[in-house]
Amino acid sequence: MNDTAPNHHGVSVQVRGVRRSFGTQEVLKGIDLEVKPGEIFVIMGPSGSGKSVLLRHIIGLEPPDAGEILVNGESIHTADLATKYRMAMVFQSGALLNSITVGENIGLYLTEHRLKKPEEIARIVSEKLEVVGLKGTEAKFPSELSGGMKKRAAIARALVIEPQLILYDEPTSELDPLSSIVIGDEILKLNKRIGVTSLVVSHDRDLAFGIADRIAVIHEGQIVALGAPDEVKRSNHPIIREFIHADFKREK
Amino acid sequence: MFQNIGEMVLLFWRTLQALPLLWRQRDKVFEQFFEIGNASLLMVSVLAFFLGGVLALQTGPTMVERGLHNFVGGLVGISIARELAPIMMAILIAGRIGSAMAAEIGSMRVYQEIDALRTMNINPIHYLVLPRVVAVAIALPMLVTFAILVGWLGGAVVAQATSEIDISMQSFFENMKIMVELKDVVNGVFKSFCFALIIGVVACHQGLVTRGGPRGIGRSVTKAVVNAIVLIVMFDYVLTRILLTLGKFGIV
Repeated sequence: MNDTAPNHHGVSVQVRGVRRSFGTQEVLKGIDLEVKPGEIFVIMGPSGSGKSVLLRHIIGLEPPDAGEILVNGESIHTADLATKYRMAMVFQSGALLNSITVGENIGLYLTEHRLKKPEEIARIVSEKLEVVGLKGTEAKFPSELSGGMKKRAAIARALVIEPQLILYDEPTSELDPLSSIVIGDEILKLNKRIGVTSLVVSHDRDLAFGIADRIAVIHEGQIVALGAPDEVKRSNHPIIREFIHADFKREK
Repeated sequence: MFQNIGEMVLLFWRTLQALPLLWRQRDKVFEQFFEIGNASLLMVSVLAFFLGGVLALQTGPTMVERGLHNFVGGLVGISIARELAPIMMAILIAGRIGSAMAAEIGSMRVYQEIDALRTMNINPIHYLVLPRVVAVAIALPMLVTFAILVGWLGGAVVAQATSEIDISMQSFFENMKIMVELKDVVNGVFKSFCFALIIGVVACHQGLVTRGGPRGIGRSVTKAVVNAIVLIVMFDYVLTRILLTLGKFGIV
């Protein structure tokens, strides 16, 4: 996406009373939240708290047992929603297709939906790769990229869609601090440039407080705090205090 | 296996519905077609040659002993064309190509690549299943036609080279010409087309329902091959019955 690209308007997301169980284990216990258009909303919480499951529900990969998810007021499971609103997800592992090249991965959406001519797609792919700092990697296969590069390639793939809603699943996990900052900056820049609504799931406290407009803290399938980063920081909820201030206890 | 029959029928139906989109996927069909043909042609030749040879070796001496040397060519010709080439090649392709399909799609499922496709509004049936099923449905009948010819050659070579049979290649083929009709070959090729659909649908279905990590992929591969072979043998009986009944009425 270059600086002259049109300013796309993000979409709103409403999650209402979403419940989901796997077998006897209830993973989501009635989640309610609303993400405003163009907002960077971070869902934070310890591992196993149900963050990624919630994200999969929001993009429509999983059906909830109860409750509903609305995008601009329309159910995520509406038949033509995916054609009406452009949505993208950056998976924790990147989820690049391993049998095709990085370039083919990035251009996959345009190729499969026949939105542009091949030479135009090649130009866009190289442009997006440059945006995420992966210029010249078109011909490489995903297996030839490092973990951080795969994540950035996955972001480039999401950018090609020119999304109105972008979901990031643990975008900085397995990354060194410097790469985490690069990814966090990309999320911020993208949000500023195209006004995309960003929903980020992470247990990375630095990322969450660094980029979020609002944060929801989820614990054992329930939201225990929701608000601006400062409000969450000031919360006296014991679980949030423990999560935010967790540190090593080294004997002196 | 049987509880999945409904899912497999549904997958087959959805694949049929996607046929109008085949032209869009032609590159992938050619890729898969090349993969199947290129990877299997040598094995098909070897298997078919020895299959024809062993059939001549098993039946030839006994028939010659009883003065039925004029029927050896016909017996080998009909057996290869109507039964042995279609079923043995189908089993070979189920093991070689069905396993590869299940492994590839299964690994895509486990590593969230299929989820990534869905978030990009790319239907995995159009992108993954359709090209594979079509490619194997074209390739297997062609391989079987080739296998019939090689199998006949194998039978003729063994019939001439074995002293207990001692039928010249010329008499073997002349006798075969009298007994084998074009409809025998057509029947065999038609059966192989049905077997190819079974291989494609079973393998893709197993891939798509893969769960767990590498062990899950391994399980899917085994199930794909075993289920495909069991279904092929069962369908072989049903199809043979149908074709024989139609033959009685002079329809086939």
